[in-house]
Amino acid sequence: MAKHATPLLDELEKGPWPSFVTDMKRQAETHPECWDILGQLELSYKDKITHWKHGGIVGVFGYGGGIVGRYSDVPKRFPGVEHFHTVRIAQPSGLYYSTKNLRGLMDLWDKYGSGMTNMHGSTGDMIFLGTRTENLEPLFWDLTHNLEQDLGGSGSNLRTPSCCLGESRCEWACYDAQDVCHHLTMHYQDEIHRPAFPYKFKFKFSACPNDCVASIARSDFALIGTWKDDIRIDQAAVKEYIAGNYPANAGAHAGRDWGKFDIKKEVLDLCPTGCMWMEGGELKIDNAECTRCMHCINVMPRALKPGKEKGATVCIGAKAPILDGAQFATMVIPFLEVSKENEYENVIDVIEQVWDWWMEVGKNRERVGETMQRVGLPTFLRVMEVEALPQHVKEPRSNPYVFWREEEVEGGWQRDVEEFRRKHNA
Amino acid sequence: MGYDPNNPMEGRITDLGPRHYSEMLPPVIAANKGKWDYHEILAPGVLVHVAESGDKCFTVRVGSPRLISIEYIRELCDIADKYCKGYLRFTTRNNVEFMTDSKESCDALIADLKGRTTKFPIGGTGASITNIVHTQGWIHCHTPATDASGPVKAVMDDLFEYFGSMVLPAQVRIALACCLNMCGAVHASDIAILGIHRKPPMVDHGRITGVCEIPLAISACPLGAIKPAKAQVDGKEVKSVQVNAERCMFCGNCYTMCPAMPLADPDGDGIAILVGGKVSNSKSMPKFSKLVVPFLPNTPPRWPETVQVIRKIVEVYAKDARKYERIGEWAERIGWEKFFEKCDIPFTDKSIDDYRLAYDTWRTSTQFKFTKATAAYTSK
Ligand code: HEM
Ligand code: HEM
Ligand code: SF4
Ligand code: SF4
Ligand code: SF4
Ligand code: SF4
Repeated sequence: MAKHATPLLDELEKGPWPSFVTDMKRQAETHPECWDILGQLELSYKDKITHWKHGGIVGVFGYGGGIVGRYSDVPKRFPGVEHFHTVRIAQPSGLYYSTKNLRGLMDLWDKYGSGMTNMHGSTGDMIFLGTRTENLEPLFWDLTHNLEQDLGGSGSNLRTPSCCLGESRCEWACYDAQDVCHHLTMHYQDEIHRPAFPYKFKFKFSACPNDCVASIARSDFALIGTWKDDIRIDQAAVKEYIAGNYPANAGAHAGRDWGKFDIKKEVLDLCPTGCMWMEGGELKIDNAECTRCMHCINVMPRALKPGKEKGATVCIGAKAPILDGAQFATMVIPFLEVSKENEYENVIDVIEQVWDWWMEVGKNRERVGETMQRVGLPTFLRVMEVEALPQHVKEPRSNPYVFWREEEVEGGWQRDVEEFRRKHNA
Repeated sequence: MGYDPNNPMEGRITDLGPRHYSEMLPPVIAANKGKWDYHEILAPGVLVHVAESGDKCFTVRVGSPRLISIEYIRELCDIADKYCKGYLRFTTRNNVEFMTDSKESCDALIADLKGRTTKFPIGGTGASITNIVHTQGWIHCHTPATDASGPVKAVMDDLFEYFGSMVLPAQVRIALACCLNMCGAVHASDIAILGIHRKPPMVDHGRITGVCEIPLAISACPLGAIKPAKAQVDGKEVKSVQVNAERCMFCGNCYTMCPAMPLADPDGDGIAILVGGKVSNSKSMPKFSKLVVPFLPNTPPRWPETVQVIRKIVEVYAKDARKYERIGEWAERIGWEKFFEKCDIPFTDKSIDDYRLAYDTWRTSTQFKFTKATAAYTSK
């Protein structure tokens, strides 16, 4: 039986999209605190403001993060959400689950929590939404002892890394995103659980430039798969596309009549560099001019494939607007080998080069992207020991306010005005 | 043995990390990982991946509200046990994917899912509108200017036909963040729904010294609108802060740092709409989303104003854009002045950037199109 009237939320049970309200009501039958979530949410719908108190610091011993504390500002009316902490659970790379593992996790949350989850948080964690402080340690005990898994990150630390599904089910993966993601998550457990940074830091791994985990927009350190040799062309398959036997873009536009596939209009003319042409019925690509944008490959997946010499591009410094405005990650290393054989040593080297520097010079609550802006890209490239390349800019600067270091200038900066006066009287 | 509060460090296990992904892969995935040849979208929401070995993996993608219960997840598990050898996955946009290695079980799975009304709607592939990446809202966060789950449900109900079809020029990614911390993908989405405030924070002088580190609150402000100040509380002088309301643009970051500076407000708060962002590198470089509607009111439970603006943008785009063109690519090709005209969105000074590098966004050219907006300047 409903504990509170929810006339506004009841409206959200209508319509075809699956309703979180209907779902929560069903869960409330075994977890009555769900009525209080609904009750408080209904109150927010009426008042048009949140009813959660500011902040809340809770956790488990040994860790500095992983749990976001939250308290209701109307606990008397909704005692079930007086404490309503969320627990971030480290998710498997690529978000695949066995039902055995999922059921184990659900039993755990049945026992200790509200019964509501987020699958998943935008950073990647499985999110258990709502429990009381006294449940945290027992939950953590069972999680680690019975299910042999761990919390995710929160706070000024390395947050939970995440990846696209990569090689597991995509023909374009240029490295094993799942494996790098898992390996580095394990390698940096200490940095994830015990905040030691000026601010939060995120890794995301997309195995090609389609960037299905949005790493270039949502991570401080983005590893984006690419290749450095030629796009592989299967000319017979190209002919099949032209003949209309294979669906363009794998059928992604099948719901509308866009006319017969026109390779010139749909591929050649849309190539951002204009580096493709047809010659004697064959598709040609001037690979030296290709920027590996993926468009032609996206449109003709059966005919075109990324090259064989694969690796990744490193982009650094993406962040949301606070404080100095949103940033995409900046291309820093054009090509990096990503190899399981050396346990991703070269990826680790790059990460630690960033951290060693940022941990020292980053100001309190300054994302690495902001630190890069503050010191300037040339200084950051020196930190990274990367030579300045034309690829580092969309265009060269137009203002002439150029810094030179003293050692770059003949004779240095120590000068005597008397000497100057000998040639140039005042 | 279980957790012993008197001996908290005893038997404690730490730093285990997540379960290894290889335990979680369906057999056909484990067998063909890294050896896929090509894929095809068989129908909206249904994919097939073909391996070099000839093996096939059929995937059925279904929409989910993200905020889901144990019971819902157990139901997903039941389905996966029945048709998918006990495996399933979630996508980076919080859809659910069921995978099988045969066409027959794939068809049976689809029939089963369709039998459950639209609880597990099939779609989200190709040139569609897939799930809305969103945040906590009034369900769990203390800084939101709007709700997340409610507006998402309202918008997806309205655009439902586009989830299960592939009739658009390109995929349209919609995202929502309930404040401008933008937990998620709002700053790089085709259409973004963003919770915003329009009133400066109040200062709770009675509590501020107890609960805030004042220098942190001061340095939290992107515009330097906060300065230290003395205030009188019960006849006693206390250290507090003063907000210069003229300089404040209501970002709420000071409240994030200082509980004594709340700013939520039922009339002030609402939603801004941004459009034209993308993250992929396909054709054009990644783009930020741009602010086109500065304010729509919070109108729970169904946010009709927001729903209506988004539908309008989607419909005009669907009709006007070329094949493969994302919303941002389309808007840039036709010019933003035409975007506003075609979508019938009134342009206001709120869309003109006045923060730091603003100048780069102004038009330093005589190249523009005459539209309704310039009518007053063209009639003699
Ligand atoms: C104080 C209340 C806050 C709450 C309840 C909250 C909640 C969340 C949650 C649940 C996630 C997903 C986490 C995961 O998947 O592990 C998230 C991600 C994120 N948060 Fe927050 N957050 C808060 C504050 C902030 C602040 C202060 C900022 C920025 C200044 C911020 C920026 C972000 C960003 C950018 C992401 C997304 C990153 C990504 O896409 O991977 N959040 N937040
Ligand atoms: C047609 C070829 C494409 C294939 C085979 C493909 C593959 C995939 C796969 C396997 C996922 C699920 C990823 C995960 O959850 O880990 C995904 C999701 C995604 N892809 Fe792609 N991708 C393609 C094209 C693109 C393009 C061209 C873009 C951007 C313009 C893009 C952007 C995204 C985004 C944002 C997601 C998240 C959507 C979701 O999880 O529902 N993809 N894609
Ligand atoms: S980022 Fe590239 S490799 Fe990864 S899933 Fe997307 S299309 Fe495939
Ligand atoms: S990947 Fe992009 S740049 Fe390269 S040939 Fe194809 S369309 Fe052109
Ligand atoms: S976007 Fe803002 S209000 Fe929403 S969950 Fe994130 S911090 Fe909270
Ligand atoms: S809301 Fe933002 S702009 Fe206004 S005073 Fe606070 S930090 Fe400054």
